[in-house]
Amino acid sequence: MTATPATSTPRVTDASGDRPVSTSAVFGALLRRDMRVARRELPYFLVRTLMQPVLFIVVFGFLLPKMGFVRGGYTTALLPGIIAVSLALSAVQAVSLPMVQDFGWTREIEDRLLAPVPTPLIASEKVIAGALQGVLSAIVVLPIARIIMGPIPGLTFQHVIPCVGVTALGALTFSALGLLMGTAIAPQQIGLMFSIIVAPMLMFGCAYYPWRGLDRVPVMKYAVLVNPLVYVAEGMRGAITPEVPHMALGASASALVLLAGGFWFWGRRTFLRKALG
Amino acid sequence: MTAAIQTRALRKEYPAPTPRRGRGPGPPQLPMPVRPPGARGPIVALDSLDLDVAQGEFFGLLGPNGAGKTTTIGILTTRVRATSGMASVAGADVIRDDVRVRQRIGVVPQRPNPDRSLTVIENLEFHAAYFGMPLGTAEKRGLELLERLGIGEKANAKVDELSGGQQQRLMIARALIHEPRVLFLDEPTVGLDPQARLALWDILRDLHEQGRTIVMTTHYMEEADRLCDRLAIIDQGRLLACDTPERLRAQAPGGTLIELTLDGDASTVVDAALIIQGVLRAESRQSVVRAYSERGGELIPALIRAAEGAGRSVHNINLSTPSLETLFISLTGRKLD
Repeated sequence: MTATPATSTPRVTDASGDRPVSTSAVFGALLRRDMRVARRELPYFLVRTLMQPVLFIVVFGFLLPKMGFVRGGYTTALLPGIIAVSLALSAVQAVSLPMVQDFGWTREIEDRLLAPVPTPLIASEKVIAGALQGVLSAIVVLPIARIIMGPIPGLTFQHVIPCVGVTALGALTFSALGLLMGTAIAPQQIGLMFSIIVAPMLMFGCAYYPWRGLDRVPVMKYAVLVNPLVYVAEGMRGAITPEVPHMALGASASALVLLAGGFWFWGRRTFLRKALG
Repeated sequence: MTAAIQTRALRKEYPAPTPRRGRGPGPPQLPMPVRPPGARGPIVALDSLDLDVAQGEFFGLLGPNGAGKTTTIGILTTRVRATSGMASVAGADVIRDDVRVRQRIGVVPQRPNPDRSLTVIENLEFHAAYFGMPLGTAEKRGLELLERLGIGEKANAKVDELSGGQQQRLMIARALIHEPRVLFLDEPTVGLDPQARLALWDILRDLHEQGRTIVMTTHYMEEADRLCDRLAIIDQGRLLACDTPERLRAQAPGGTLIELTLDGDASTVVDAALIIQGVLRAESRQSVVRAYSERGGELIPALIRAAEGAGRSVHNINLSTPSLETLFISLTGRKLD
C-alpha cells in the first residue's frame, strides 16, 4: 500500500460517476428548485400576474355592469377570458423572465446545464414548471373574480375533462412560448417584447369579448386567429360557460396542441443553441 | 497511466462576427483571438489540439486572453460543441456520451455563477440533487465542504452577501459536492485578492493530494509554475509546448531578456544589437527590440548606444531572467497579459 497523504479526507475512488443518475430524480430536483424559488417569490408572482386581470375584473366585471354600460350577461363572457389571461400571462412570465438571469452575464443556469441528464430535459422542466404556475394563478383568480363580479349566470364546472384539458393545454402553450421568448430574445429586450407582443396579445386575444362577437368585423375575426390566447379564452368558454357562443372545443383544443408543440419544439432549439454557447 | 482526458485534432470555429444591430452590451462573449483588420471567414478559436492528461495529474493550460483556453474547457465540459476532432473525459466521449462526462466532472467557472435565487447551502443541496444525491447526504457534505473552505458560517446566507472570494469558494464547493473524478477550473484566481489566492492554492494542492485530476487555465505564470505537474502553452488556438514546468523552463532561451521600447520601428536596431558581444539572439516586434544577453544587464548601455546609432531613442527598459515567461515570449512573440 502506498503512503496516504497527510489529509483526513479519503482518496478519490473510481466508484463515483458510474451509477447512472435517474432522469426522473433529476427532473424532480429541477422542479423542486423552481417551486422553492416560486414559493419564496409568491407575493411578487401573484402581484405580477394577477394585477392586470383583477383590475379588468373590477372595471369590466363590476363597475361597467353597475353603471349599466354593459348588459348583465357580459360577465359570463368575460370570466373565461380573465382566467385565460391570468393563465397565459403567468405561464409566459414564469419561464421567460428568469431566463434573463439564467442566461445573463454570469449564466446562472450553468449549474443545471452541468447536471448529468440530456440538456433538452432542462428546457422541458422549465416548461412544466411554468405551466404549473399558470394553472396556479388561474385557480387563484377564479374565486377573486367570483367575489368581485357576483353570481355569474351560466357558469358550470360540470365538464371536467374540457376544463382540465383547456387549462393544461393553455398553460403549456404559454410556458412553451415563454421558453421561446426567453431564449430567442436578447435579455435586455425582454421588457420591450412584453410591450410589443404580450400587450396586443391580451387586447386582441378574445379575452374581454367572445370570438363570435367579431362576426360583425370579419377582418378582425380571422386576423386574431394568429393569437394563441384566442384559443385559450375560447376553449375556456367552451368548458366553463358553454352557453356563450364560442369556437368549437375541438378546434380550440387542436389549435392549442399544435401551438404548444410548435413553441416547445422551437423554444427547445433556441434553448439548446443558447445553452451550447 | 490511464488517460483522464484525451483530445485529438480538436478544432473549434466560431462564425464570423456580424455587425450587431441595436444598442446595449449584448450577451457575454468569449475572448476571441486577435484578428487582423479586414479578416474574413470563421474565427478559429482552437486549431488541431492534441492533449493527454493522466489520471491524478494537475494540468495547466497557459495562454493569453483569446488563446483558446476557455473554449478548450468549454468543449471538455460538454458546454461547447467542437467543430471537428474528438475529446474524451474520464473515459467518455464529450459528444456521444455527454451525460456520462457531466456525471464525472466538476466545473469552477471563470466568473462565479451561483444560483442567486437560492441560499449558499441550497446551492450545494440542489446541485447535489441534480446529480442524484439524497438530500440528507448532500446537506452533510455541503456543510463539511463549506467548513473546509472557510465559509461554514455563511451556509444560510444569501449568495449576494458573499464577497467575490467567498463566491469563488462556493463555486469550488459546488464543483466538489458530487465527488467528481476530474475538476476543471477556468482562471479560478482572477479577481481574488492575494490572500484569497493563496488560500485557494492550498485548497487545490489538497485536492490534488487526494488523487483528483485537476485541469486549470490561468494566465499567471507563477500560479501555473507552482501548482501544475504539467503545462500546455496555448496561443491563438494552437498548442505550442507541453511539458513539466521544470523542463519547459529548461527550454527557455538562455540568457537574460532585455527589452527596449523605442520611439518607432525597432527592426533597424536588430542588426546593430546582434553584433554586440554577449548578445545571443535579438529580434524586434513593432517598437520593441528583444535581446537575450549572456551577461545580464551589463549589455544595457551597449544596446542603448546601438538604438541611438540607428536614430531611435529608448523609452523603456525591461529585464527578465530565463523563466516560463521568457519561454512564452520566445514562443508567442508576446507577453501573457
